[in-house]
Amino acid sequence: MAYNHKEIMAERPSRLTSGHRMCAGCGAPSVARMILRAVKPEDHAVIANATGCMEVSTFIYPYTAWTDSFIHTAFECAGATLSGAEAAYKSMKKQGKLPEDKNTKFIAFGGDGGTYDIGLQSLSGAMERGHDMVYVCYDNGAYMNTGIQRSSATPRFADTTTSPAGTVIPGKMQVRKDLSKVMVGHHIPYVAQTLAMGNYKDLFEKAEKAIYTEGAAFLNVLAPCPRGWGYNTEDLIQINKLAADTCYWPLYEVIDGKYKITYKPAKKLPIEEFLRPQKRFAHMFKPGNEWMIKEFQDEVDSRWQELLDLEEMTNKE
Amino acid sequence: MTYDKLNTSTPWQDLTIGGNIYDAGNAREFKTGDWRSQKPIWIEEKCTQCGLCFPVCPDDAIPVGKDQKRKDFNYDACKGCMVCAKACPFKAIEKEV
Amino acid sequence: MGIRERLSGNEASATAMKQINPDVVAAFPITPSTEIPQYFSTFVSNGTVDTEFVAVESEHSAMSACIGAEAAGARAMTATSSNGLSLMWEMIYIASSLRLPIVMSLVNRAVSGPLNIHNDHSDAMGARDSGWIQLFSENNQEAYDNLIMAHRIAEHKDVLLPLMVCQDGFITSHSIENIELIEDEKVKEFVGKYNPEHYLLDDKNPIAVGPLDLQGYLFEHKKQQSEAMKNAKKVILEVAKDFEKMTGRKYEFFEKYKLDDADIAIVCMNSTAGTTKYTIDKLREKGIKAGLLKVRVYRPFPAEEIAEALKNLKAIAVLDKADSLNAAGGALYEDVVSGLYNAKATVPVVNYIYGIGGRDTKSDDIEKVYNDLQEIMKKGTVENPYRYLGVRGDK
Repeated sequence: MAYNHKEIMAERPSRLTSGHRMCAGCGAPSVARMILRAVKPEDHAVIANATGCMEVSTFIYPYTAWTDSFIHTAFECAGATLSGAEAAYKSMKKQGKLPEDKNTKFIAFGGDGGTYDIGLQSLSGAMERGHDMVYVCYDNGAYMNTGIQRSSATPRFADTTTSPAGTVIPGKMQVRKDLSKVMVGHHIPYVAQTLAMGNYKDLFEKAEKAIYTEGAAFLNVLAPCPRGWGYNTEDLIQINKLAADTCYWPLYEVIDGKYKITYKPAKKLPIEEFLRPQKRFAHMFKPGNEWMIKEFQDEVDSRWQELLDLEEMTNKE
Repeated sequence: MTYDKLNTSTPWQDLTIGGNIYDAGNAREFKTGDWRSQKPIWIEEKCTQCGLCFPVCPDDAIPVGKDQKRKDFNYDACKGCMVCAKACPFKAIEKEV
Repeated sequence: MGIRERLSGNEASATAMKQINPDVVAAFPITPSTEIPQYFSTFVSNGTVDTEFVAVESEHSAMSACIGAEAAGARAMTATSSNGLSLMWEMIYIASSLRLPIVMSLVNRAVSGPLNIHNDHSDAMGARDSGWIQLFSENNQEAYDNLIMAHRIAEHKDVLLPLMVCQDGFITSHSIENIELIEDEKVKEFVGKYNPEHYLLDDKNPIAVGPLDLQGYLFEHKKQQSEAMKNAKKVILEVAKDFEKMTGRKYEFFEKYKLDDADIAIVCMNSTAGTTKYTIDKLREKGIKAGLLKVRVYRPFPAEEIAEALKNLKAIAVLDKADSLNAAGGALYEDVVSGLYNAKATVPVVNYIYGIGGRDTKSDDIEKVYNDLQEIMKKGTVENPYRYLGVRGDK
């Protein structure tokens, strides 16, 4: 079914309400809300959330912003927690303990801390076991909830509170982990990388595929953090667009091992366009630091090329 | 369950166990409008109902009707991030001065 | 009239789980509890049970999955030992605070380090403040019976707390002994159906579980847990009464063995009680009035009842199969002494840390404790109440 943006917005109810306490302009809530719009209105969802910004601001007793069933247990185990709920569903459905005509979808949300790092094992286990669930990482590239500490999703050279740009060490020295590829290595039926731009078509369509593909699926969604990245709050969508247009955050999906790039910028922009508006990269623009921008660009280029190659290779007849 | 009864004066006997909430989505009752330091104003005449601002609001403060048209902001929820104003190609959302 | 069998403690536990037929079992292998998920997987593979078995990648995930399953509306069970429980530590507190009546079979083993696979109680003792009900079992029969009673206790509306059934690793888990099993149908009827009031899979009434619970609320939620633990005392006894009606086997908070007319007594848990009973019989032949109080219910701790049973003795030894490393005494000792203090009893009490890392505790060791108790009885006081039993080099 073709994506009809206005119809989706009008007909599909918001399943993440107002009244949550995420920062003004945070990139995560609109992503989560659009993903949940991909759940058919007649279907129920059980949502698991790793500890993180999203969890501590959407379910502060006695208020929950989730209109579906929701569970939070701890930081590193959204994958395992949701595995249990999904196993319960399978078991109870099989035994006739749940109504036959009702479908429940299982969706986990975790930040990059809860997903790339502390929760990686639990995520890997859940994906490998093939639970019928979607794990969504909203990647804001650092531990934002505890105050902007570096994660393995933090890009190289970024200034964070545990990789400060100092006089000797200029920010984080390691390149970011490519978690989407790690998930592809699990040989699950659906893996995609996306972000929110334009009319959110790419995000919605991937969410829909992920949710309605039987088995384990993984979505990696870039979710800019105005505080942690240091850009003007109102520029959320523009920052996302730059991430896509510079190929810093390529949009693609991998279905049964076949790569498909879903957005190829008409003109691939230089990485400075993405880096310049963000305070976390400000030191890279100081005289004498041109090498940092060059190395960052080289990293982006080689990963983009690798993706193009993978697309070609996996689609050969 | 009446949730207005769950507050910091509620005795332990009357709180839900384990911190469970049985009224999913009740955060709607929690107003975040007072966070706002800037206020977006929707200029209906300039609005083409293109839909680009519909999904961007982190706080679900842009209601979209069954007629597939947006309505005025829900200022009880709007935190004033101005992301919507930047998303509008027609300058139909302005910052209140 | 029951089924006579010969089973190990692990087999007995797996058999109880089969008869309970939980909706979900999530477990990760660890010696000496590994056999439980192994046997259970066979039941799943052969369609003997309706359970979904989640072969998780760690114990942390085992407990997380149990929490997810139980919150979803399922009956969830797991089994573990030692470091497995240590890895679950974060999640066992979450399970109890979310008031999820998960049932665990804990096959007691020394917690590292250094690494040791044999029995002591350091794993269970580490979880004593986690808000779980803890039942201890002397042998395979008790491990089985405690598991059959577990869900009725844990799921009671006045309780809603997770429960662990403890048995001694290898000593009980791997020893084959006679056992009387209950017929499948009777177990099914006794355990009953699980009908939670609120659960994630109830699509008509969605719920939210596990909030950020700030200064205004967490204190009251802990008070609720505290009350639930107190309520568990009554429920444990009610369930035991029903169980006795079905099987003829009587269970209480603790078992008294030749205690009522005793001068001196040992307080201990799990399999050491068997060795102690044997020793008591020998001492009684010599006219020594020795007795035993074997604790079955360690959490909730029946402090008043234990004090009442012990207060007229002339000397008591509490045996702890785990050291609290607090330079003062083991956990069971401190609990018993607190109870006696509140009951204004002035019986001298001595503490022995024993059997650490699977060190054999023989009847000779137990006899030594009773000999010491006779000395203490004569003196009327205890010097150096915090002792190690049978450790090399101690003077």
